[in-house]
Amino acid sequence: MKTVYEKPKSLNDVHFHYCPGCGHGVIHKLVAEVIDELGIQHKTVGVAPVGCAVFAYNYYNFDFSQAAHGRAPAVATGIKRSKPETVVFSYQGDGDLAAIGTAEIIHAANRGENITVIFVNNAIYGMTGGQMAPTTLVGQKATTAPYGRDPKTMGHPIKVSELLSNLEGVTYIERTAITTPGEIMKAKKAIKKAFQNQIDGAGFSMVEILSQCPTNWGVKPVDGTKFIKEKLQEVFPLGVYKDLSEERKGGK
Amino acid sequence: MAKEFIKGNEAIGKAAIMAGLDCYFGYPITPQSEIPEYLAAEMPKVGKVFLQAESEVAAINMVYGAAGTGIRVMTSSSSPGISLKVEGISYIASAELPCVIVNVQRGGPGLGNIAPEQADYFQATKGGGHGNYRLLVLAPDSAQEMADFTMLAFDLAEKYRNPVMILADGCLGQMKEAVEFKKTVRKEYNKDWTIGRGEKDHKVISSIDIEPEKLEQRNLKLLDKYKTMEKEEVLFEEYLCDDADLVLVAYGITSRVARSAVELAREKGIKLGLFRPKTLFPFPKKDIYRVSQKAKKMLTCELSTGQMVEDVKLNSHKDTEVYFYGRCGGVIPADLELLEQAQKVLDGKGVRF
Repeated sequence: MKTVYEKPKSLNDVHFHYCPGCGHGVIHKLVAEVIDELGIQHKTVGVAPVGCAVFAYNYYNFDFSQAAHGRAPAVATGIKRSKPETVVFSYQGDGDLAAIGTAEIIHAANRGENITVIFVNNAIYGMTGGQMAPTTLVGQKATTAPYGRDPKTMGHPIKVSELLSNLEGVTYIERTAITTPGEIMKAKKAIKKAFQNQIDGAGFSMVEILSQCPTNWGVKPVDGTKFIKEKLQEVFPLGVYKDLSEERKGGK
Repeated sequence: MAKEFIKGNEAIGKAAIMAGLDCYFGYPITPQSEIPEYLAAEMPKVGKVFLQAESEVAAINMVYGAAGTGIRVMTSSSSPGISLKVEGISYIASAELPCVIVNVQRGGPGLGNIAPEQADYFQATKGGGHGNYRLLVLAPDSAQEMADFTMLAFDLAEKYRNPVMILADGCLGQMKEAVEFKKTVRKEYNKDWTIGRGEKDHKVISSIDIEPEKLEQRNLKLLDKYKTMEKEEVLFEEYLCDDADLVLVAYGITSRVARSAVELAREKGIKLGLFRPKTLFPFPKKDIYRVSQKAKKMLTCELSTGQMVEDVKLNSHKDTEVYFYGRCGGVIPADLELLEQAQKVLDGKGVRF
């Protein structure tokens, strides 16, 4: 019998705790498939954030280190610098990466740390219950912005990929969305490239993934994808923001 | 072996390299910057990692990441910088990771100043950050002990899988003294628990237990470890305590001044002694009790408004009179000043704590 599909070896045989319609399950699977395909399961070390993905290490079948809120790029730096032969990635949400962890992500990127960052942007705080995130859209309601985000007092959504792509140290940044099978495959391709870059010694790579959070957006699970396409992508356009992957192969 | 005339801060850097330091992560702050400066120059020469982080917060989290791989890692800072690190230190203690943290204390609170103080005693010995945890705290009194305790710290950190703090001060950090760097034999500890080994038995470094009963077990396991430290790792020094009418209790730079005061007193026929804790956690509880029972009077001298004196009082015999004398803000008392305070206590004019 020919196997046409199976669960990636890099995922454990457990149930996800994520809400119906949440994007984390899809993204977890993409990362695990990439790690399987690259044959790096036993040399990979993941760094989990604080937020909905805090228990990522329960789902992944390789070494993991949990990190304090926002500090995953610093923790990843510590692991990678002490064991350069490992493949290290941080898995972070928008609250973790773009608010409390702003300094850590900017400086890890600026140093050109040879790590991979999976940045899950759903424009809301999930784990704590729908509070305003740095990426929350103007006018979007959150439990701490019950009248909608007012840019006069709450600022505008931070565009992390645009911001980081200005830094010399950055090798590769792409923003993707997991809205359709086609876009999911594009996201996987980007994730694979971001890991391959690390293996090639090409330096800092980040994939931003626009992801569903229907629970905290207050929409039905099936409408989560619609919200990404119609609202999030307007503010966070998809595409490659920087790519020096070829030029920097071998640590150049 | 030949001695080297060297600053306390640099002695820490040199000893750390001798102890096999693999990675250093830090951020500049006076009066400890000679540590990162020394290591920035020397670590590349031995093929090891020096990284100046973007903040103390990032530095301690780099330490957390690196410590999880089981290598030898250190950070250093001074009081306000240590305050920034305590979140990460709490995670490190909970995840049971070995590392060395140096605090070259300066004046506080707030931005304070860059002169020596000993006002981070509570922060260092009672945990400092959130949750039930303890650091193993070593208190050097000289450039020599800055070196010796640094080497010891790496061993203790691995032995207990616990962060070890070297609690120094700006005076010890800046002071130049003759130091003999004694090469010690490195003990090897089990590293089966580490990440990044490339093995199939995957490991997780974490401090989260969502189930209350599990988290309670984690806390109790830590407590057991701290109790073992209290049994086995207490270090202290007694100087002329046996026949003393009054024993001065002091650590770090203050103990150097107190020692001079004891010597001056003895020349005059006044029977002073000195008790110097070398470990602040574990605190030498039993020995304080023993000495206090005999001496009847104890005078704790600190560069603070009264921190270690609480532990001295708590552990002294109930009939022992405990007194306190402290200077702070960067003021270091002279030996004659301590002698005068001791005389007051002996004359019945001291202020009981």
